[in-house]
Amino acid sequence: MRLDVDTADIQALAWTAFGPLTGASYLLLRVENPEAARRWLGALKPTSVADISSACLAEATQVAITAAGLTALGVEKEVIDRFSPEFVEGMTGSPNRSHRLGDIGANAPESWEWGVGEREPHVLLMLFAEPDRMSELEAKTRSAAEASGLRAIAALGTTDMGGVEPFGFLDGVSQPAFDWDRARTPGTKADRKYTNLLALGEILLGYYNEYGFPADSPRVAAHERNADLLPIAAGPAGARDLGRNGSYLVFRQLGQDVRGFWRWTHEEAARGGTDLKSLAETMVGRRMNGAPLIDFETGLSIPGVDPSDRDVNGFLFDSDPDGLACPLGAHIRRANPRTADSPAGEDGPIDHLLVMLGLTTRRLRNPTSSTLPWEKNTTVWPYLRREDDAVASSRFHRILRRGREYGEQIDVSQALDPARPDPKAGLHFLCLNSNINRQFEFVQGAWIANAKFASLTGEQDPLIGNRQPFPLPPVCQTPQPTDGFTRPGAEPQRRRSVGVPQFITVKGGAYFFMPGLRALKWIASA
Amino acid sequence: MIPQDSFIVVAEVPKDRVAPLRSLLATMTLPDCPGAADPMNALLPFGVFDTIHFGRLVLLEDNTLGDRAVYPELPKDEPTHLCFMVDCDGDATALLSRMARECNGLRQIFAYCADYDANADFAEWLKRRRVKPAASYVNWVGRSVTQAREEARLRELLRDALPKASSNDPQQMLAELRSAVGGRVTLTPIPPTPSDWRMRNLGHFLAPIVIAAVCLVFFPLMTIPLLIIALIVVTIELRRRELSDPIVVNGYDPEWVDKLRLGEDHDVTNQYTAMGSIKPGKFRLGLELVILAVIDWAARHILTRGGLGRIGTIHFAHWTLIDGKRRAFFCSNYDGFHEAYMDDFINKAAFGLNLSFSSAIAYPQTDWLIKKGAWREMEFKRFQRRHQIPTDVWYKAYPGLTARDLARNARIRNGFEKAAMDDDEIRRWIAEI
Repeated sequence: MRLDVDTADIQALAWTAFGPLTGASYLLLRVENPEAARRWLGALKPTSVADISSACLAEATQVAITAAGLTALGVEKEVIDRFSPEFVEGMTGSPNRSHRLGDIGANAPESWEWGVGEREPHVLLMLFAEPDRMSELEAKTRSAAEASGLRAIAALGTTDMGGVEPFGFLDGVSQPAFDWDRARTPGTKADRKYTNLLALGEILLGYYNEYGFPADSPRVAAHERNADLLPIAAGPAGARDLGRNGSYLVFRQLGQDVRGFWRWTHEEAARGGTDLKSLAETMVGRRMNGAPLIDFETGLSIPGVDPSDRDVNGFLFDSDPDGLACPLGAHIRRANPRTADSPAGEDGPIDHLLVMLGLTTRRLRNPTSSTLPWEKNTTVWPYLRREDDAVASSRFHRILRRGREYGEQIDVSQALDPARPDPKAGLHFLCLNSNINRQFEFVQGAWIANAKFASLTGEQDPLIGNRQPFPLPPVCQTPQPTDGFTRPGAEPQRRRSVGVPQFITVKGGAYFFMPGLRALKWIASA
Repeated sequence: MIPQDSFIVVAEVPKDRVAPLRSLLATMTLPDCPGAADPMNALLPFGVFDTIHFGRLVLLEDNTLGDRAVYPELPKDEPTHLCFMVDCDGDATALLSRMARECNGLRQIFAYCADYDANADFAEWLKRRRVKPAASYVNWVGRSVTQAREEARLRELLRDALPKASSNDPQQMLAELRSAVGGRVTLTPIPPTPSDWRMRNLGHFLAPIVIAAVCLVFFPLMTIPLLIIALIVVTIELRRRELSDPIVVNGYDPEWVDKLRLGEDHDVTNQYTAMGSIKPGKFRLGLELVILAVIDWAARHILTRGGLGRIGTIHFAHWTLIDGKRRAFFCSNYDGFHEAYMDDFINKAAFGLNLSFSSAIAYPQTDWLIKKGAWREMEFKRFQRRHQIPTDVWYKAYPGLTARDLARNARIRNGFEKAAMDDDEIRRWIAEI
């Protein structure tokens, strides 16, 4: 790690998910007495990246604040407006945003348990501990906060499900790696191939991002109040960086209908002539144990994929362009299509020029897992298949997930048991990114919720989609359904499911800023 | 095939009539869908004309004239115009005349314009105000509205029929699908390409090639040194300007963006209109005109099959210069969310953005014409949102369908009408359904 990465100023969540601390709880707080709250937050010592490397932790606290929270704490509006517009407007800030994120119908913010109006959190405290010490830490922190001008609107507990999410699939398998050493120059020839190693500026504000420019960050001029508390900004001399070492944290509470998921899969598998587990696995794109449905390419080495991780992450979708092994619309293909800057990798300057000008796309056509016969000559204009270049380059649209499961864990047979009550389980989805619009919102809107992803039609993410028809009358004559799911490879008559129900409902959410430690002090000095 | 054509009418609107005209235009839109034209609105029922792909009415009201403060040689103020743009099949001039004749509402709209004359021949009046775009792009040259609609219907029917097929043998399946769908869908035969269009197109394609060849073959000693000198001079002059042009900071106005967003995401396709001033002087204008001429030529002859470079989501686009070439406006119709469109553009074709827009005042600084510029992601995104203006009325002939949908549906139709396919071909064809 380079010396100018100030690890003592970065909250540890950017570095670790606190895996060994299997207990976790999220306290959502509102500011009642700004002065007392500021004093308390100013004295809070969130665990930093430097703390992680120095000792074995028994517990950890991380803190993040919404734009409404900054206002409530007394930070000047003029300064808040320097944060990114998405953060300032908030997750529920406009109907257009709600539409893009799929927060309509049953997901509409009006029906959320938290996130809107009086239930919009100001401060988020993320507490991590060994499970037996969790309730004590939560009670202690909660009473301390409530004694200091903050009021808890919710304490969201979590369940250690042993690494799987409530449907039973191994979770958090694919994560981007970050270039903490800052050894990599983004945008070179190497990025014409897929990379899992990203510039630090994709999670931390103030550092260089994948475009090779510093990630947008709110600045404070030298003459403004307490500016000297903050790290020095890159660029104009004297300016201080309020965002540096901080990150935007997206929090969404996703309720999972475990019984609905397995029941539908059970019925649909019978109709489609398959078994429920394989159907569910094609929807996810991985086996329940995390193994991908894609064959490995021997000799493939992906930057940022640890050799120990190769069996679950050492693959690309290039070998399966038609989605025969892993459907094009499968969850993992939507969440990270593993695309590179160039749709077919790198093969010399002339070829690159042709690709850039859009004159050729599918060049290396040696699908290993394809049984669908394609024309031999699909190499040179006009024989091109634009579908192969339909999805954007992944490296600009990655997020670092830090979520935890909650509720009761049940297995497939319990889920199919009609006598069993609903387990009320789900995922507290948390992710870090430096550009909410280009990262989280893009993944959610253009890939997950988009019914036209990768040239498909009428289907959203088979797990997360809200199934809301789009467009609607009067724009078109009949509502266009989005509740399909196509899995090629099966008999043509049975490959498409229609009327897939909604399995995941958004129960709450907000955009937070997870400040650097000095920025937290500065906020507390308002 | 039926070639596509377009018309763009630009007429000045006195500033005090802009607001009332905007209110009138708002009456043409669907309830709760600002900007989305009601296809059967009383003033200008776009839906009646089955050759129109896209149509728009937009008040070209420039918010960025203040940026000209750094160039005192430019006039401080410019007129506001009404722009009426249509992309259609067949001859646009004939369509414009027909619309002028048949739509009285069009007169009502243009009556707000500065020099509207109720006694003049309205069609002629409109034609005199037509401007020719410096560059135009059509996603798929030759695909007509009728084709797009009929093929969408065909796919729908095939999709419904497919699960009912009883056989797994490709040939039998094809026969079953054909008989299930046959008779329920009209597929108008695609007419032959008009021969005069073909000749003109060939001439347009060959002209620059022939000129270049003649110069190089017959006058190589003059042409080659001249080209080299020109290249050196242009490069030096360009670099000097890139390093010394005043930098104008583009702010972010959340209220403005909210206003723009009101007109977005009613359909899978969105409209985009943006305008701005070109940096003063013959150099920037000359360079811009040359670049747009190249884009226009390439769009007409090479990029005719579903992609503007790597961007496969644009249906139609036009770059147009107005006000004595001091200003330009850009219109496009693209699939997906605005943000995704911009990301796509930056990541797949930043060089193209830099080429075609870097002569605009306030464009993010470029290096050697094609580098940096739009790659300064946030600066570029603020630049384009700030220059974007709401499209008052926007019509699309095939809601719910993206450019990629249209291309796929056309492939399905080809298979459907093919006399014979082998088993592999049929499997590929069924996979597309």
